[in-house]
Amino acid sequence: MIEIKNLHATVDGKEILKGINLTIRPGEVHAIMGPNGSGKSTLSYVLAGREGYEITKGSVVYFGQDLLAMEPEERAAAGVFLAFQYPVEIPGVANTTFLKSALNAIRKQRGEQELDAMQFLKLVREKTKSLNMTDEMLKRAVNVGFSGGEKKRNETLQMAVLQPRFAILDETDSGLDIDALKIVAEGVNALRSPERAMLVITHYQRLLDYIVPDYVHVLAHGKIQRSGGKELALELEKNGYAEFGVNEAA
Amino acid sequence: MAATTETVEQVRAVTEQKYKYGFTTDIESDVAPKGLNEDTVRFISAKKEEPEWLLEWRLKAFRAWQEMEEPHHWAKLSYPPIDYQDAHYYAAPKMKARPKSLDEVDPELLKTYEKLGIPLREQEILAGVEGSEGRSPAVAVDAVFDSVSVATTFKAKLEEMGIIFCAISEAVHKCPELVQKYLGSVVPYTDNFYATLNSAVFTDGSFVYIPKGVRCPMELSTYFRINQANTGQFERTLIIADEGAYVSYLEGCTAPQRDENQLHAAVVELVTLDDAQIKYSTVQNWYPGNEEGVGGIYNFVTKRGACRGKNSKISWTQVETGSAITWKYPSCILQGDNSVGEFYSVAITNNLQQADTGTKMIHIGKNTRSTIVSKGISAGRAQQTYRGLVKILPKAEGARNHTQCDSLLIGDQCGAHTVPYIESRNRTARIEHEATTAKISEDQLFYCRQRGLSEEDAVSLIVNGFCKEVLKELPMEFAVEAQKLVGISLEGSVG
Repeated sequence: MIEIKNLHATVDGKEILKGINLTIRPGEVHAIMGPNGSGKSTLSYVLAGREGYEITKGSVVYFGQDLLAMEPEERAAAGVFLAFQYPVEIPGVANTTFLKSALNAIRKQRGEQELDAMQFLKLVREKTKSLNMTDEMLKRAVNVGFSGGEKKRNETLQMAVLQPRFAILDETDSGLDIDALKIVAEGVNALRSPERAMLVITHYQRLLDYIVPDYVHVLAHGKIQRSGGKELALELEKNGYAEFGVNEAA
Repeated sequence: MAATTETVEQVRAVTEQKYKYGFTTDIESDVAPKGLNEDTVRFISAKKEEPEWLLEWRLKAFRAWQEMEEPHHWAKLSYPPIDYQDAHYYAAPKMKARPKSLDEVDPELLKTYEKLGIPLREQEILAGVEGSEGRSPAVAVDAVFDSVSVATTFKAKLEEMGIIFCAISEAVHKCPELVQKYLGSVVPYTDNFYATLNSAVFTDGSFVYIPKGVRCPMELSTYFRINQANTGQFERTLIIADEGAYVSYLEGCTAPQRDENQLHAAVVELVTLDDAQIKYSTVQNWYPGNEEGVGGIYNFVTKRGACRGKNSKISWTQVETGSAITWKYPSCILQGDNSVGEFYSVAITNNLQQADTGTKMIHIGKNTRSTIVSKGISAGRAQQTYRGLVKILPKAEGARNHTQCDSLLIGDQCGAHTVPYIESRNRTARIEHEATTAKISEDQLFYCRQRGLSEEDAVSLIVNGFCKEVLKELPMEFAVEAQKLVGISLEGSVG
């Protein structure tokens, strides 16, 4: 489904990604773990198409297409979804308005019928319930005044409504207490399916207790240093990233 | 809000057309010779078959105007001098006499208004009402084409309630005592350069009188259209809400696309007596000129309301997206005790547009309150200034004002300026002023695009959110149009 080959990327002339190789097939959940500054967030932004990153080498093929040549909104329409580490506030725009605009923009790009207000409301109500969100949260402006937990639930709601084929979860556990983490993880797990792949980016093993990955990769110094099964996460929890030349205690 | 939800689709639907109102209508016109002198004033007055007092008033204004200087020094606007002799001051579609009904109106004119989407024919309006589930009230329309009012709809129905809604030139004959009493009572003929010019040469406009205790059951609307080349448009609107009356009035404007600048210098006067309320909404979309700043309307307008009676209220809501230059400060004189003034404004300037706009709230009576919410959006190489005065006079015990002034910048070549003037001469007054300036952030744009929105739709969504506090003040019929405009006006401002 997605094949990342020897991906190099720089920001302001500084090389952050130094040759990433990663293949993800439908239905798989991959976790990328790594210390701060290892390039985790850069990888997620490069895959989603954020400006400001220069790809100096390598390729990303997504369902046979050159992902790096696509605009961010084209990637979204093709099913790429990024759950943001820091969801962005959009004052004055109601959450439902935003979601409906997004869903219909994607449907339109795919040549599908846009949903009318009634159809949309029905869909969104279903999804909110399972995430323990209130209707009141739907009416509020996008992420404005949301707590950390509410923001992450809101990201999960967007994912549930947009039904991506490839979801990147960037530090979804940051800023969450354990109860909020459980709710978000449940929401994410409900979206696991044989057609959908996920890339879970995290610093800590904790999240992976709830979203159990099929594969774990350690990212450090802009490269995947080691890959393994879910037990690799536990090992990292115990030994830290020291093995990869990173001293986080400093 | 349901209307906001539709924004993105609407914007997309209209993105192909840049300024879709830029067409001209091929119609035979009665045009005054170019130039401005006492004879021009007499010509206009004669065309309108005006009474002597009105001609005298015009002439006094004209003489005063000759002594005045164009206000060039204080507004943050720059444009070449205007040659006031190089324009026609009167243009009217040729008609044998004032049409008795719509059937007598030139079909070309009706076609124009149809193109503009104005439901001139009452049947169409009625059809529209049924379609909107009976929730929205009907709209009565007065249409002003170049210098004259061509048709007013729903007149008969309104007349049953004692409401007068007609062209001001008609009101001069129909209810001269009202016109004579109130014309120039809020904006005197000596007020300022453009208002004085308007007083001398105004051609038509709308007149509204709502009698005591009557709540006008439908939105009243005027649609202004400049068609003729080299003409100025000088319309004059006068709205009076008698004791306990209420009216909501809408004003829309468009003009053809032309390379030369055209002058629009209107005057609007509002009067509310005890417990009366006027809600005045404008969606101004005059031709803004092209991307290089060629052509476009100079919109130099004086709008002022007087809350004469106690507990009365005047509310201005404006969405200003058009015009090459906007110079406009809809104001409230809060004379009556407990009277309320409101000003809600969205101004968008793109490319080389300039706007110097804001309001004046003059607190005279006790416990008078005013609210100002101004949202300015500047893109391209445009310059925009909010200029607002809050003045509390000595007798205005307990007066309160809250001002909120937000600017949003798109790109790095535009400017936003905020110039508040505050004068308080009463110790009990409370005045609050909040101001913010922000840019559309990369984060917001990327977030929207990652969710599937194109860059232009993202900008439109973010800007509509920014303006929401103001847009929600508009009547439903206008809110949708205004949201579309927000999107269109900012086309090409990013990327």
